[in-house]
Amino acid sequence: MSIDLETAAKVAKLARIRVEEAALPALAQEFNTILGFIEQLNAVDVEGVEPMTSVTPMRLKRRADVVTDGNRQAEILSNAPDAREGFFAVPKVVE
Amino acid sequence: MTDLNTLTIAEARDALRRGEVTSLDLTDACLAAIEGAGALNAFVHHTPDQARDQAQAADARIAKGDAPAMCGIPLGIKDLFCTKGVPSQAASRILQGFKPEYESTVTQNLFDAGAVMLGKLNMDEFAMGSSNETSCYGNVINPWRRGNDATPLTPGGSSGGSAAAVAADLCLAATGTDTGGSIRQPAAFAGITGIKPTYGRCSRWGIVAFASSLDQAGPMTKTVRDAAIMLGAMCGHDPRDSTCADLPVPDFEAMLSGDIRGKVIGIPREYRMDGMPAEIEKLWVDGAAMLRDAGAEIRDISLPHTRYALPAYYVIAPAEASSNLARYDGVRYGHRAKLAQGDGITEMYEKTRAEGFGPEVQRRVMVGTYVLSAGFYDAYYNRARKVRTLIKRDFEEVFAAGVDAILTPATPSAAFGLGEMTDADPVQMYLNDVFTVTVNLAGLPGIALPAGLDRQGLPLGLQLIGRPWEEGDLLNTAYALERATGFVARPAKWW
Repeated sequence: MSIDLETAAKVAKLARIRVEEAALPALAQEFNTILGFIEQLNAVDVEGVEPMTSVTPMRLKRRADVVTDGNRQAEILSNAPDAREGFFAVPKVVE
Repeated sequence: MTDLNTLTIAEARDALRRGEVTSLDLTDACLAAIEGAGALNAFVHHTPDQARDQAQAADARIAKGDAPAMCGIPLGIKDLFCTKGVPSQAASRILQGFKPEYESTVTQNLFDAGAVMLGKLNMDEFAMGSSNETSCYGNVINPWRRGNDATPLTPGGSSGGSAAAVAADLCLAATGTDTGGSIRQPAAFAGITGIKPTYGRCSRWGIVAFASSLDQAGPMTKTVRDAAIMLGAMCGHDPRDSTCADLPVPDFEAMLSGDIRGKVIGIPREYRMDGMPAEIEKLWVDGAAMLRDAGAEIRDISLPHTRYALPAYYVIAPAEASSNLARYDGVRYGHRAKLAQGDGITEMYEKTRAEGFGPEVQRRVMVGTYVLSAGFYDAYYNRARKVRTLIKRDFEEVFAAGVDAILTPATPSAAFGLGEMTDADPVQMYLNDVFTVTVNLAGLPGIALPAGLDRQGLPLGLQLIGRPWEEGDLLNTAYALERATGFVARPAKWW
């Protein structure tokens, strides 16, 4: 498996991280080093093995389906880079 | 009396209870030590006013007579823990200016027990790193040096600020977190003790998430006894973390008898790596001999999937990180990039994340994105989770065969020089966690403790791995080993 520039650009796009064109070759190279390391896993016989979902098996606890929290608008917005009229503000999404 | 900042938790507790010192005295001694240790770059946010308020409250509580062991003990808190009203930015630019409106469960538990927070400690960005070189605050410098050589050394990572602060006596102890070795590797590099408890012992609520199925908080301390005391105060059930176990927390300190007669200690042959320094090999052999002398049975064991732990980790941890770090989008908290005319929301996300995340975090988020993407999910992510099942099974089989604890080296080397790994590829840095990462994948408790010095005068650590939920027994084995090694070396003060 080898990552080309197009794949590196696609991954950056999916991750929503801007990567300049000039930085793509180095990034692709690093991906290839890391993926080459990960390829060792192909040597393991995993036939019939269940993928781990929980490292310490436990039943999720249940609780009454009632509101336990709320009315924290000011606290929730207090760290926002841009909050207006009780909302988070972002650049225009819909034309 | 010796400098108060050099006391252990146990010594300070006893002195506080006898009325020989006040928490305010201890706190002021630590604040003065921090003031004089800027060169180490361990503390990155200082909270002296809050510390003195907490110390005075602790003194009042101690005067009343029924204060818990951690009451009045000054601590450093890793920047990964959300602390109410105090900057908590996981050493990342993307959380610049973030002041949580809430307190993490672990720090709340410590504060409820009367502990004092001196400030926030440096770390690798989002706990991703093994040398504390990925921090937005700059490198932490290890208080230890190679003899008279002034080359600055790494304290390890990601809890590098915690390790340096404890080793340099800037605080009595510190919190750390450990996803692949981030408590145990820096503890070993700084000649202190650090325990990662069983997955689920400590609540993860309010700890900035890296890889949720692996992350655990734990104490970083000067002694095993201190680790037992502080761990007890950190853990306990929390309904706000569904993976936090509803199990009673034993009195870990009371379990430190030092009696390990009849215990079976496993020595895994797969941890004997090619190119391992002879000094570490010897440390390991000597450690096993000490445990045998203390009455334990030493048994050779096999953990056959060990060599696949790091590659599995470097699928699972980035995959979880890419999901967890999706929340940093410039909308709700932290940094937002300045936008150009006409930029829409996608440009805002992309520019914010490019500016806010450092190179290692970007790399891991993108690797995680790749291994989870359509067409590769089975080949990478599901395969890694299957290998994780096998790694855990290896441990279950040796525990079922009667092994009580497993002894290994903590790290493949002593602390290395800052910048020495800059030109290496990322995988070289990942190898630092080769002995510790299996423990996170299997959800087990693991403790690193200093066991000797190399010929350059740097500390080397051993690791003990225990059965799930048996931290008390593990701490007792570590206590026996600590007594046998008699490690008392301290870094000579140069800062």
